[in-house]
Amino acid sequence: MIGDLESRTPAGPIEDRWTRHKFDMRLVAPNNRRRFDVIVVGTGLAGASAAATLGEQGYNVKVFTYHDSPRRAHSIAAQGGINAAKNYKSDGDSVFRLFYDTVKGGDFRSRESNVYRLAEESVNIIDQAVAQGVPFAREYGGLLDNRSFGGAQVSRTFYARGQTGQQLLLGAYQQMMHQVALGTVTLHTRTEMLDLVVKDGVACGVVVRDMVTGQVSSHSGHAVLLCTGGYGNVFYLSTNAKYSNATAAWRAHRRGALFANPCYTQIHPTCIPASDEFQSKLTLMSESLRNDGRIWVPVDPDDTRPPDRIPEGERDYFLERKYPSFGNLVPRDVASRNAKAVVDQGRGVGPLKNGVYLDFAAAVARVGEDTIRERYGNLFDMYERITDENPYQVPMRIYPAVHYTMGGLWVDYNLMSNVPGLFVLGEANFSDHGANRLGASALMQGLADGYFVISYTLADYLAGLLGSPPVPADDSAFADAERSVGDTVARLLSINGTRSVDHFHRELGKILWEHCGMARNQAGLEKALIEVPALREEFWKDVRVLGGPSLNQSLEKATRVADFFELAELMVRDALHRQESCGGHFREESQTEEGEALRDDDNFAYVGAWEWTGKGSVPNLHREPLDFEYVKLTQRSYK
Amino acid sequence: MSPNGNGSAPGNGAGGDHETMDITLHVWRQAPGGEGKMVTYADEARGISPDMSFLEMLDIVNERLIARGDEPIAFEHDCREGICGSCGMMINGQAHGPERGTATCQLHMRKFRDGDEIHVEPWRARAFPVLRDLIVDRQAFDRIIEAGGYITAPTGSAPDGNLIPVPKEVADAAMDAAACISCGACVAACPNSAAQLFTAAKLQHLNLLPQGQAERYRRTQAMVETMESFFGSCTNHAECQEACPKEISIDFIAYMNRDYVKAQVKNRRLAGQQS
Amino acid sequence: MQTMERQSVAPVHRTSRRPAPWPVEFYRSAVGKKWVMALTGIMLMGYVFVHMVGNLKVYMGAEDINHYGEFLRELLVPLLPRTVTLWLLRLGLIAAFAFHIHAAYALTRINQQARAEGGYVSPRDYQAANAASRSMRMTGVVILLFLVWHLADLTWGTVNPDFERGDVYRNLVASFERPAVSAIYIVANVALGLHLFHGAWSMFQSLGLNNPRWNSWRRGFAAGFAAVVMIGNLSFPIAVLTGVISADDNDDCRVSDGTIETCELYAEGES
Ligand SMILES: Cc1cc2nc3c(=O)[nH]c(=O)nc-3n(C[C@H](O)[C@H](O)[C@H](O)COP(=O)(O)OP(=O)(O)OC[C@H]3O[C@@H](n4cnc5c(N)ncnc54)[C@H](O)[C@@H]3O)c2cc1C
Ligand code: HEM
Ligand code: HEM
Ligand code: SF4
Ligand code: F3S
Ligand code: FES
Repeated sequence: MIGDLESRTPAGPIEDRWTRHKFDMRLVAPNNRRRFDVIVVGTGLAGASAAATLGEQGYNVKVFTYHDSPRRAHSIAAQGGINAAKNYKSDGDSVFRLFYDTVKGGDFRSRESNVYRLAEESVNIIDQAVAQGVPFAREYGGLLDNRSFGGAQVSRTFYARGQTGQQLLLGAYQQMMHQVALGTVTLHTRTEMLDLVVKDGVACGVVVRDMVTGQVSSHSGHAVLLCTGGYGNVFYLSTNAKYSNATAAWRAHRRGALFANPCYTQIHPTCIPASDEFQSKLTLMSESLRNDGRIWVPVDPDDTRPPDRIPEGERDYFLERKYPSFGNLVPRDVASRNAKAVVDQGRGVGPLKNGVYLDFAAAVARVGEDTIRERYGNLFDMYERITDENPYQVPMRIYPAVHYTMGGLWVDYNLMSNVPGLFVLGEANFSDHGANRLGASALMQGLADGYFVISYTLADYLAGLLGSPPVPADDSAFADAERSVGDTVARLLSINGTRSVDHFHRELGKILWEHCGMARNQAGLEKALIEVPALREEFWKDVRVLGGPSLNQSLEKATRVADFFELAELMVRDALHRQESCGGHFREESQTEEGEALRDDDNFAYVGAWEWTGKGSVPNLHREPLDFEYVKLTQRSYK
Repeated sequence: MSPNGNGSAPGNGAGGDHETMDITLHVWRQAPGGEGKMVTYADEARGISPDMSFLEMLDIVNERLIARGDEPIAFEHDCREGICGSCGMMINGQAHGPERGTATCQLHMRKFRDGDEIHVEPWRARAFPVLRDLIVDRQAFDRIIEAGGYITAPTGSAPDGNLIPVPKEVADAAMDAAACISCGACVAACPNSAAQLFTAAKLQHLNLLPQGQAERYRRTQAMVETMESFFGSCTNHAECQEACPKEISIDFIAYMNRDYVKAQVKNRRLAGQQS
Repeated sequence: MQTMERQSVAPVHRTSRRPAPWPVEFYRSAVGKKWVMALTGIMLMGYVFVHMVGNLKVYMGAEDINHYGEFLRELLVPLLPRTVTLWLLRLGLIAAFAFHIHAAYALTRINQQARAEGGYVSPRDYQAANAASRSMRMTGVVILLFLVWHLADLTWGTVNPDFERGDVYRNLVASFERPAVSAIYIVANVALGLHLFHGAWSMFQSLGLNNPRWNSWRRGFAAGFAAVVMIGNLSFPIAVLTGVISADDNDDCRVSDGTIETCELYAEGES
């Protein structure tokens, strides 16, 4: 491996790498496992599955979550489904095809070895989930049903109605609660990690805050697993749950962990547009809607007529016009950017002119209302509940929204960050999706990491520590960390300015969305690089956090938003440095005349991992080169 | 979607081309460890857009409270999509408010009229102590799951997913039960503070499936008895079913009762065989 | 900066975990109590129904009803000595009542403990719970009180001045002729109607008798059963008050049966 980052990717033919690696790694004997304390932060798919598995194997696991119950983690919201190369439909799917699709879908910015392992383990995930009692959709014969998803040519997506994430999380949660009952896992709810403790360059514990009592305390362990999810909420408005935040990952970053590809954010084209200034979050609508809906806006920017009064001639079906062959089915990023373009031209529709029409009139005329109801009934109901408009008569209004973050803490093939003892799983790491995630593959990754990868790679790390006790929680390293956490909290409570936390968060979101959202350019990013720090300064001078340390939701938000400010700045830097377009990262300077992302493989075929160098000083960029032996580098085209 | 200001001025919430509405709120305020009381907010909930969700309305009220130097109303929420089960409050005497099969976060202000008075209280049950304002502690639910709400399937031990076919009807029924989001509205709505609907849903999801048979009666007895150590008993008011955002049926309660009787007999018999 | 203690939620009810024979274990649980309650409820339902039908004989005149009273005592004679069967039935009835009431009491206590003290301060807006389901305990108690009075009135005659042991018909009329007494019966039987309206539905759930195919009938059954028992029972006091039944057409037992002995026979038979 060239470059200064050791990715520990095994050599040899890709299909044997993981098997070989599993054999080469060291093991921890069952009777020794209880001597190891493992800290797991997060109880989403990644965290719950990891905690359950490690508990079963006999490790001494401590789990932390800021939710009141582990089962509320953001994974619960996942709707569409989970991919697996089972090939039950024998429609030509295979581990290699899933691997191939994922690397290509990631626009060639992910590690081949990782992705292949992901595809390999995908099949075991389904078996595990079924054994737990996850009620996947079945056919009348009683066998598992599949749907095709994200435009894949094969049917490989397993689902449980519109609640796949919920059911998978409940499975992992219940398996973990069983371990809690058996005493191998201790659970700390309403407890948020506010710092990582590193001694002599090795991760040795965390500092947490009891959100009910406000008490700050330390917990030490032989290893720390961060399974803390993505940072999409940095934009304020996103499809993520309101509490989702980047604090755990960012604290780790400040303690030395590298942050990789922060600018890779995925914008989902079919979400319900904001209805007013106080919109608190955006709701995702399955992109399958684009199979039957036609996307258009009026030609005339100040056309105020209701949609059905606007004659065909005065409508602009802009996707069908620009991409005759793919039409409304162009990939997520292309569809999103074009919607933004027309709205920026002032041709947006709806009261706030912030959406585009998704029109089913043609489809209803073609196949009839009943067929449409069969296909999308539940989605139409959800839309009507939120907007009070009946999509069978009035065209839907949709707009892109931040959905997923491919970037995250850098990890090697063993899911360990550059800080020994710190492992990162699930959406929180950068690993498998490159610059763009395919539908139904995040659930797959979270569970593969937690159920089938970490137990091997963690053992390999712990085997080296046999006999050495964990750093005691009264060590000075912990004391320092506790103090800095205490200071931050005290400071936020004492500013007593004039503006609420949400106000600052919204403003930050606006800047990012404007300059570091769907389309980015030099000028805008440089502007953001000035505006973000400026707003941060104001925040620390003027934010108003009332009340005390015990159960104080404004305080919780404040600590999170404070970290979002620093993360936002890094995202902008990363976007600025990556002078190419790839997947979710679109630089206007780098596009084909069809407006498609134009990669620059000669100069940017690498993972950009940033090193924290202190407040206000410019971070260091480390490069992990990516080479593609099995999937040929090609330019995506939708002509 | 450009937010403006901190919303301290009435009317800021105005959105869309709709009329806005003025609401009078009566909200339960309670500091940790302290006594609680209803507090009336007459001016803070003015200029509300009918397109707002109920929680967004509370967001605005909170912005205005903060601007005025008062601590905001604490309420639990996260996904705001009706799936995580965090949110939940008693709105005008109905758990999750007036709209059927809807969690508080999916309830929209258009369900109310201009000039309405709205009473908001936390879930109330001895096993759901109030932590602050509208936030209650629902750990008791996790205890019930811990007691047996799982199928023992250690990672790696699973056979192929298609080894045991599951009739579609069974899978669908299990899914109906599994849809529970653990919000606690059933307990809040029940005149006896009984957690029958939650427990039955969790139990039957697993008891219905072939994978769940091995532990069926152990699970039933453990979960029911843990439930009973925290909550009231069911006298079949069926109020829970009305409150449930996932419209889970009280049929599951009957199935649970049936399984519990069987469990009592079967478990004894097994015990007898062991000794 | 700690301001309060973090306590994990403790169980509300302490349940004795001394192992016991399973029926006891079963009855210890609330679900078990509800099950017993439903079972005893069914027995009681059986009784009130038969009792109501039996009483309809008053419309056939004194002879029939009085003979009915006698018939009850003669049940299964000569298999068993006279009134023994009746006593067995009574014992069963008493046991059913005892369990039913104990379960009702125990569950009521459990539910009181489970509710947050103070409860909701703003008014509830019930969607499914109805007057019957919410007043079960009250109607139950009313029935209990009524029963005591009822026995004193028509079985022992202690509250019935001109009570004539054995002459059921006369006793009945004598009681109901007093509006106050009729009022008691009317109130009690309305309470019973309510109690049954919920109870006869609720018991299906408690026993786990639930099947989508016939669930819809359960409501109808409960409503019908409650109505029949209530109307039947209400008809008696009303019939007397409105003179449909009266003492005049009371050809009392002597006449009806020819001999005084038989009446004394009844009297002895009672002890
Ligand atoms: C609306 C929506 C729909 C989606 N649909 C799909 C889909 O159909 N298919 C698919 O594959 N993917 C989907 N995704 C993506 C997928 O759901 C997520 O990427 C994935 O669930 C992330 O899981 P996770 O375990 O990594 O993190 P999460 O599930 O986000 O869990 C994070 C956990 O970390 C805890 N935590 C975080 N920070 C701290 C801290 N500082 N201290 C203590 N605890 C902390 C939280 O409490 C939580 O328990 C969807 C996402 C969204 C938003
Ligand atoms: C004597 C005093 C009585 C008391 C205190 C009493 C009390 C109660 C109570 C509290 C319930 C529980 C409510 C419920 O579970 O839905 C109940 C249920 C019931 N009662 Fe009674 N009751 C009494 C008499 C009767 C009588 C005389 C009958 C029949 C004629 C009867 C029939 C029932 C039935 C069928 C149920 C339903 C059982 C169930 O839901 O599982 N009860 N009773
Ligand atoms: C208007 C309605 C009713 C009438 C007219 C009525 C009439 C009578 C009469 C005449 C007797 C005495 C029978 C005899 O000694 O041979 C009797 C006994 C009795 N009645 Fe009723 N009754 C009525 C309602 C009820 C109700 C609602 C209950 C129960 C809740 C009830 C329970 C009993 C019992 C337990 C006895 C004693 C039976 C025995 O001696 O074993 N009755 N009733
Ligand atoms: S059963 Fe319904 S009301 Fe009860 S917790 Fe589950 S979802 Fe909420
Ligand atoms: S409301 Fe309560 S009484 Fe039973 S049916 Fe539902 S739990
Ligand atoms: S906030 Fe998640 S269910 Fe309402």
